[in-house]
Amino acid sequence: MSGIISYGAYVPYYRLTRKAIGGGKGERAIASHDEDSVSMSVEAGRGALAASPAIDTLVFATNSAPYAEKLNAAAICSALDLPAQVNTIELANNTRMGLAALLLGTDLGKAGRTSLVCAGDIVMGAPGGARERDSGDAAVAFVTGPEEDAIARVLGRASTTSEILDVWRLPTDRFARQWEERFGIEVLGPISLDTAQRALADADVAPDALAAVILDATNSRDVVGIPRALGLKPEQVADMLAGSVGRSGVAHAGLVLARTLDQAQPGDKILVLSTADGCDAVVLEVSDKIAEGRPARSVDHWLASSNNEIAYNTYLKWREILPFEAPRRPDPDRPAAPIMKRNERWKYAFCGSRCGKCGQGHLPPQRVCMKCRSIDEMVEERFADADCKITTYTLDHLAYSLQPPVVSTVVDFDCGGRLACELTDVDPADVAIGDKLEMTFRRFYTGQGVHNYFWKARPQR
Amino acid sequence: MASNGIKDQVAIVGMGCTPFGEHWGRDAADMLIDAASDAYQSAGVDPADVDAYWLGTFASGISGMVFSEALKTPYKPVTRLENMCATGSEAIRNAAYAVASGAYDLVMAVGVEKLKDGGYSGLVVPGPDGDGTESSMTAPAMFSLLAPAYCEKYGVGEGELKDVLSHIAWKNHVAGAKNPKAQFRKEVSLEKICNSPRIAGMFGVFDCSGVSDGSAAAILCRAEDAYKYTDKPIFLKALSVAAGPNEGFISEEYDFTTFQEVVVSAQDAYKQAGITNPREEISMAEVHDCFTATELVLMEDMGFSERGEGWKDVMEGRFDGDGAQPINPDGGLKSFGHPIGASGLRMMYEMWLQLRGEAGERQIKDPKLGLTHNLGGQPGRCVSFVSIVGRELG
Repeated sequence: MSGIISYGAYVPYYRLTRKAIGGGKGERAIASHDEDSVSMSVEAGRGALAASPAIDTLVFATNSAPYAEKLNAAAICSALDLPAQVNTIELANNTRMGLAALLLGTDLGKAGRTSLVCAGDIVMGAPGGARERDSGDAAVAFVTGPEEDAIARVLGRASTTSEILDVWRLPTDRFARQWEERFGIEVLGPISLDTAQRALADADVAPDALAAVILDATNSRDVVGIPRALGLKPEQVADMLAGSVGRSGVAHAGLVLARTLDQAQPGDKILVLSTADGCDAVVLEVSDKIAEGRPARSVDHWLASSNNEIAYNTYLKWREILPFEAPRRPDPDRPAAPIMKRNERWKYAFCGSRCGKCGQGHLPPQRVCMKCRSIDEMVEERFADADCKITTYTLDHLAYSLQPPVVSTVVDFDCGGRLACELTDVDPADVAIGDKLEMTFRRFYTGQGVHNYFWKARPQR
Repeated sequence: MASNGIKDQVAIVGMGCTPFGEHWGRDAADMLIDAASDAYQSAGVDPADVDAYWLGTFASGISGMVFSEALKTPYKPVTRLENMCATGSEAIRNAAYAVASGAYDLVMAVGVEKLKDGGYSGLVVPGPDGDGTESSMTAPAMFSLLAPAYCEKYGVGEGELKDVLSHIAWKNHVAGAKNPKAQFRKEVSLEKICNSPRIAGMFGVFDCSGVSDGSAAAILCRAEDAYKYTDKPIFLKALSVAAGPNEGFISEEYDFTTFQEVVVSAQDAYKQAGITNPREEISMAEVHDCFTATELVLMEDMGFSERGEGWKDVMEGRFDGDGAQPINPDGGLKSFGHPIGASGLRMMYEMWLQLRGEAGERQIKDPKLGLTHNLGGQPGRCVSFVSIVGRELG
């Protein structure tokens, strides 16, 4: 037996109201212009790893991979400072792969392996369509492993695979297409119910014993009949966050599971189901260790920290759907491969150095101490989770950015150390000297086909 | 171990300077030919008499051949050098030391920059390949960090400081209006300066120096030979450079209200020249006013004002063209323009004109000692150059 040991979630700061798009209630979560499925998964992973044992496997699922060819999970591995010896697996091409990744992690747990499972997605739809309106961007991460450490153990599971043309996208297409809704419901509705029933049978759990039922599907109407068919009460059915996040692709089933775990009691049984070209379903039981595996920030915490004053055309600009007048400045340079490799511990893991003689912090790491001039007395130090504050700042209207002005700051770390860095997820009008900040891993820009990842600071969320 | 200096050992005996501005029709070679020709003529020397050259250019070419190919100098030594925005001053410094050493009798220091072919707003700094983690702050953003820090440290209101910065821009435009070679030759009202569109932090367009093309050149010889070439040579009293270790972006103690590199290079220069009270002894100065707040902080770093008092001296007009200690009488980087490699030599060109009484309607009355200050980099992380020159030996 195996289960979930800890978890973390991430919902980006910005929300797009459906009113801004042109109609509808509520809002959807949108990743900022400097985020992608990798950077959001790093954010979720930081939450999950805070309470976790050593990791030997990393599983990453996304349908919005930053690179079509190149191990995206390697950036996650490096940014999370996981050992290079981890086994890495990537899953893609179908929104069910988020739950599939979690199930793979729990299966590996039976073999005694401890995995970090990340699922992150940026879901775009063609402007004006239902997919754009109803989708969201988010990430979730679980650490899975042997049952004795689990906060939630797997009681039973079931799967169905169906060759069906329901939702699809060619490698060269930007937006997915979908066949007539009623056709999908006709085929996937019965498959979803059957899979749920088989998972419950495998777990030997009756529907009325479930504390929560999470029903995720490419089309929510595929699973709309399940509560009635299983005889569920409305309070057993989880809120799928349609009004606050939107369906966040591969991350979504896990995101709602994370929110359910945020509120769960020991002994609670949870059915999680995800439908896309078939169905996966799992029944979990929450253990008495649940409080130990919760992240510092709940899903509701992330939901409460938001800004929905983003104009629709700004969002379209961020997604490169709408062309715009670029500033009269050079395009950003592509970072160079050998230098990125040499400086990997700095660029990804955000490791600076501290002088072993006098204690002066250095970001980036130095060989010669600024303060006492000692040579090669440095000790590596990771600053990713260190708090810092604004020492001085400026608003740069001239610099290249998809969200001008760039807020450039000089920050001092509470533990000692200084860095000049960009501030993100912030209203320029609200910045003040002394503001408390935290570091966040971001994709700065893409230059000549190369994504440039590094760390920025943001107001504490 | 000491910075001994070469006070009164080397003289400038001829100079040339092109107009600065947007020279769409002329390239770096054209400007070098014009500036060098003016300098040869000014010293009354034949190009063949010049033994060696130091060419400063930030990014308008590589190697000494940028100059030797343009001027067709016959197999003479030409050293190309670069020290960011202090590049032109480094040409003077290195040329002067070569003369003082006795290695050459007559040399030229020349600087050039062609910035306006790039098509960008502001300065674009070419750099080596990177790992993508470097700060992407633009030059105005870097220097705009000085303004809020100054307000905070000295209890100056933001509106109050904006008036100080606007006064500096206004003063340098007034000076530029009197200079036929300046890029911007119009006075600009305080109101227009104050309300110009924001570029970075408190800086508006008028807080920033011009992006320009231009070239300037000087001919140097040993002081004892100076009168062979001109009745009115100017003598080098001090040359100093300080390159910073990037303390500002490592040490939490740095507060963005000073340039330690400037303090060190100014103190060194004063020692070389035997100056104990720069506020009283320096008649005039050309300083690196890349942005208005830079000029304000320089007044304090250079010892022209007490710490925290520079803004009052600015508002009292001490540094105006008709003030007690005129700063940037030629319009400075602000109005004369800032073709990087040429700027240090342009500063020296104004000293040349003023000390010889040839500065026309902006002539300062009876100046004895002048100072040039040239800076490359940003607050907390820069190179700084200071020279002191005079019209008399001793």
